[in-house]
Amino acid sequence: MNAPLQTLADRVTTLAFDQHVLHAGFLGDAPCFVLADGTIHIGRERPAIRPHADGILVVAADRTRILTGGDDGRVFESRPDGATRLLGEEKGRWIDAVACGPDDSAAWSAGRKAFVRDGKGRIKTLDLPSSSQGLAFAPKGFRLAIAHVDGASAWFPLAGAPPERYAWKGSHLDVTFSPDNRFLITSMQENQLHGWRLADKGHMRMSGYPAKTRSLSWSQDGLWLATSGAEGAIVWPFAKDGPTGKAPRECGIRPARVTRVAFHPKALVLAIGYADGWVLLVRLTDASELLVRAGGDGSPISALGWDGDGTRLAFASEAGGGGLLTLPV
Amino acid sequence: MSEKIPVTVLTGYLGAGKTTLLNRILSEPHGKKYAVIVNEFGEIGIDNDLVVGADEEVFEMNNGCICCTVRGDLIRIIETLMKRRGKFDAIIVETTGLADPAPVAQTFFVDQDVQDKARLDAVVTVADAKWLRDRLRDAPEAKNQIAFADVILLNKTDLVTPAELREVEARIRAINPYATLHKTQKCAIALDQVLDRGAFDLDRILEIEPAFLESAEHDHHHDHDHDHECGPGCTHEHHHHHGGLKHFHDEDMQSVAIAHEGEMDPEKFMPWINDLVQAEGPNILRSKGILAFRQEPRRFVFQGVHMILDGDLQRDWKPDEKRVSRIVFIGRDLNEKALREGFLACAA
Repeated sequence: MNAPLQTLADRVTTLAFDQHVLHAGFLGDAPCFVLADGTIHIGRERPAIRPHADGILVVAADRTRILTGGDDGRVFESRPDGATRLLGEEKGRWIDAVACGPDDSAAWSAGRKAFVRDGKGRIKTLDLPSSSQGLAFAPKGFRLAIAHVDGASAWFPLAGAPPERYAWKGSHLDVTFSPDNRFLITSMQENQLHGWRLADKGHMRMSGYPAKTRSLSWSQDGLWLATSGAEGAIVWPFAKDGPTGKAPRECGIRPARVTRVAFHPKALVLAIGYADGWVLLVRLTDASELLVRAGGDGSPISALGWDGDGTRLAFASEAGGGGLLTLPV
Repeated sequence: MSEKIPVTVLTGYLGAGKTTLLNRILSEPHGKKYAVIVNEFGEIGIDNDLVVGADEEVFEMNNGCICCTVRGDLIRIIETLMKRRGKFDAIIVETTGLADPAPVAQTFFVDQDVQDKARLDAVVTVADAKWLRDRLRDAPEAKNQIAFADVILLNKTDLVTPAELREVEARIRAINPYATLHKTQKCAIALDQVLDRGAFDLDRILEIEPAFLESAEHDHHHDHDHDHECGPGCTHEHHHHHGGLKHFHDEDMQSVAIAHEGEMDPEKFMPWINDLVQAEGPNILRSKGILAFRQEPRRFVFQGVHMILDGDLQRDWKPDEKRVSRIVFIGRDLNEKALREGFLACAA
């Protein structure tokens, strides 16, 4: 037997939402939770806000705002003070993805179209080869990556030029740029990741997952990409030429599938949420593990997020069981 | 984890009456809430709280299996719906009139996330009694929909003569003798004949006798005295009499049933069936089997959609039950002789 896990469970405040939680994180200082029933909870005191007519389907957030897309075809931006603003509307459609961009810009997809709204409110539209559930802005420049069937596209919406195509057969789900803007990575329907070097479109395949990867998180130094989809977080090395020919690190191996991952914003510490409701913290430098939640409501962890300085972690499950961890200072 | 949400797939060629059936299902006082996934969003009014427009995005899985196509939009929609489970009890997917049902069905076997939360209940095909005969001749989609069905509603029977109705029924049976067939007007049918059929549930595949054997007398000699009644313009169908029911043979789509009065050797059967669907998967639309394996007290039951097979040991053979191994294929250009020889070579 291993030594019993050190636990942080006594530093967790338990929360109950009774609904599928899509997003857990922090807006400035305030913890925030976004629920599939359409409610957005900001802070512990204020009543929830409900910008959409009905449910929320997709969420993206940065430190200052939350973007939500609903089954009402609308995209809203919500601020820490509870103020909301309608950014776009695609009538009769579900919003399939949203992304936060630089300078208050935003992107969303609906049907076979992607939309970018810049900070001044100008909206640009791009026709896609298929619908898209993965959008991500590049770390530099005003550029949007879009995952779709048979590859991904990288688009400069203001340039007026067609997007750059990164082709690979199959259905691509989520997409992310590496923080150094050298790699574009997608998760795929076929239980694998695909990557391209942006410079020469060279391919990288990261496979071996027993399930789809639906959660990806970069370390603060940009050298590691943590992923869900296996019984343990799979962490790929991105120093120098990327993961090609290198083995990934496997962290927090347990007899339950990893459903969410979130790197600490300042240290090489990874928060891992599992399908059985467990949450662990793993330090990459020495593989030491800390227990945050031993099962809770037993429902898969569906949301994980750190605050800006990495002292608090918000998490929640599909069944709506959540918590706030405050780390000892 | 709570029970899986049942999903009923409604197919049928343009104008056959799919939407009539859908609205009938939704308006009956069953106390159930349905999430409805439709195409051609908003074209015909559907009176339901939860209607989702879909794009029928069919793509090939990148897994080396050429007929392994799935509906990407369906995966995304079902995943999203499952986040609001309290809002509905079951899902109905209405496909376009030109859709091949296979990618829809395969989605439920290929995608693990969908499989964890939803189960395919049945493929229900609505056919137009007056026009099906023509469509079987000129529209491969219509033939696929009949071949694939677990339940067929032969609708608009008031628009044809009894003789025409018998003929169209016989033509359906030539393609798919295993589906449950109901003759309807305006899709009037008891909902329990359409919903909660468990057609893909291995535990509920009890018998795989062709349905026409239940009603018509039969002698099982296929005396192929082909009687060409069609003109020279129509070369496809031949028919012969089969008991009391006119029996057609469809040149393009057939079913092949093989029985072995005894046990099979699993060491021979499993590689044979796997190799068969790998090689012939594009042509085999559906397959089913109930097998007696050597020294195995339980029945082995399997079903397949193109190359995808799903099989398991099921309940025990009853003491009074004959240990007979039966297998059925519905498909295009099936080589009956090769199938028969291949299957019988797996006998224990």
